[in-house]
Amino acid sequence: MTRNHFDAIVVGAGPSGNAAAYMLAQRGLNVLQIERGEYAGSKNVQGAILYADALEKIIPDFRDEAPLERHIVEQRVWMMDDAGHTGMHHRSDDYNEDKPNRYTILRAQFDKWFSRCVKEAGATVIYETTVTSLMRDASGWVVGVHTDRNGEGITADVVILAEGVNGLVGRASGLREELKPENVALAVKEMHFLPQEVIDARFNLKGDEGVVIEAMGTITEGMVGTAFLYTNRESISVGIGCMVSDFTDVGQATPHGLLDRFKAHPSIRPLLEGSEIKEYAAHLIPEGGYKAIPELVGNGWLVVGDAGHFVNAVHREGSNLAMTTGRLAAETVADIILSGGSCSRHNLAAYVDAVKESFVMKDMKKYKDIHGFLKKGRHVVDLYPRLMNRAAQTWFRVDGVDKRSKESTIMREAWRARGIGGLMGDAFKLMRAWR
Amino acid sequence: MSDRVENRLFQNRYVVDVGRPHITVKPHVNPSDALVAMTRVCPAGCYSRNDQGQVEIVADGCMECGTCRVVCAQTGEIEWSYPRGGFGVLFKFG
Repeated sequence: MTRNHFDAIVVGAGPSGNAAAYMLAQRGLNVLQIERGEYAGSKNVQGAILYADALEKIIPDFRDEAPLERHIVEQRVWMMDDAGHTGMHHRSDDYNEDKPNRYTILRAQFDKWFSRCVKEAGATVIYETTVTSLMRDASGWVVGVHTDRNGEGITADVVILAEGVNGLVGRASGLREELKPENVALAVKEMHFLPQEVIDARFNLKGDEGVVIEAMGTITEGMVGTAFLYTNRESISVGIGCMVSDFTDVGQATPHGLLDRFKAHPSIRPLLEGSEIKEYAAHLIPEGGYKAIPELVGNGWLVVGDAGHFVNAVHREGSNLAMTTGRLAAETVADIILSGGSCSRHNLAAYVDAVKESFVMKDMKKYKDIHGFLKKGRHVVDLYPRLMNRAAQTWFRVDGVDKRSKESTIMREAWRARGIGGLMGDAFKLMRAWR
Repeated sequence: MSDRVENRLFQNRYVVDVGRPHITVKPHVNPSDALVAMTRVCPAGCYSRNDQGQVEIVADGCMECGTCRVVCAQTGEIEWSYPRGGFGVLFKFG
């Protein structure tokens, strides 16, 4: 018991697990972190954007060491129809600052670096080991884990489940329900390599400047989803994702077929031309929102990151919620253990309070109805981008038609597509869900 | 279409746990709609139908996303676990 006993066991070495393990080790706790991959990041997939603020609160000078690709100076949001896009672009030289706010990263490299920080902080990290189940005492209190390497199991005062979206350990142990197909998105992604100067020229960038494109519209073929294109230093991450229940029940596409058509879109193809593909990845994203958040704490355990369903799908944020919940969990656990308390459900509830006080739960709560809105109003992702592109064409073409007639054409097309009641209803429901 | 998935997966690195697939389809006569959907929705194209109409899986190219696990959770037709530590897909970029 003594030799194999830790203050805390962290299951998983993604952003939430690394944040938790790092903070616990910093506070002087005896931490064991268990990762199933050969190295941290080998099982992890993300777009990926790193939001500096969440990491800064854990490793303030991370910019000196972390493998970062480009800092983002321009955001493009594209509404796509089959022939083109209508969008909003925001670019500012203000983002060329001493401490940029957002970076593109490659998760496999970033996670490896973060994991090295965790070890340097003093945690014990073991790789290539899958946690198979939780160890409980007679009263049901979680007292450790079993792995596929150690039959007897390893004990700890608390187990932090940072096991990612599938969350097999927690589910097998009945801590939370099975994921529903309508609450997760399946995203596929490719890594396209191009020389740095080609990317700079195509996207109007210099130095480490980067661009991100988020796209929606007919590209998801009637399913609720979005696509993205992020510039890295010498590569472009391009991907698309839709709700799993839409893939099975609404669409006819394969995920890779959908990605191929997005890549072949006239607005996207020139950006990728001549690139060499070096990886194809797929991953689930928990997008059920606030209402899908499971029980977060119990006697001897708590859950952080994707396993806790902490993703703000509207703003494409997840890794920052993961790092923040990991940090808050570690602070709660360290406070309890260093003051000689027990990691009971009652004491660990301080973590839930901290999450509620933070931007994490405030944002999750703000968008609690968006998920339901999109589930019932699937047409908005297809119809409105099409209408916007039609309207833009009508407006910008100079063809001898007077402007007042053009205005009525635009209004008539929207009216015909959805009816005045439909248009008003969509606007009202979206406003209510957004509030 | 499945050819093209295989070409894509060729870019990825895997350590296959030979003889110990981490996903199996339980023996069945008629697959559910959910299981049949996986022949299209699996992003690695791991699922296919045999001549008798049953769904089979070859999990070597699996990217461990969990989509089939979620889709077939209600029907109980598949057994899904992570590969043993160190095995399975190894993302270079993620």
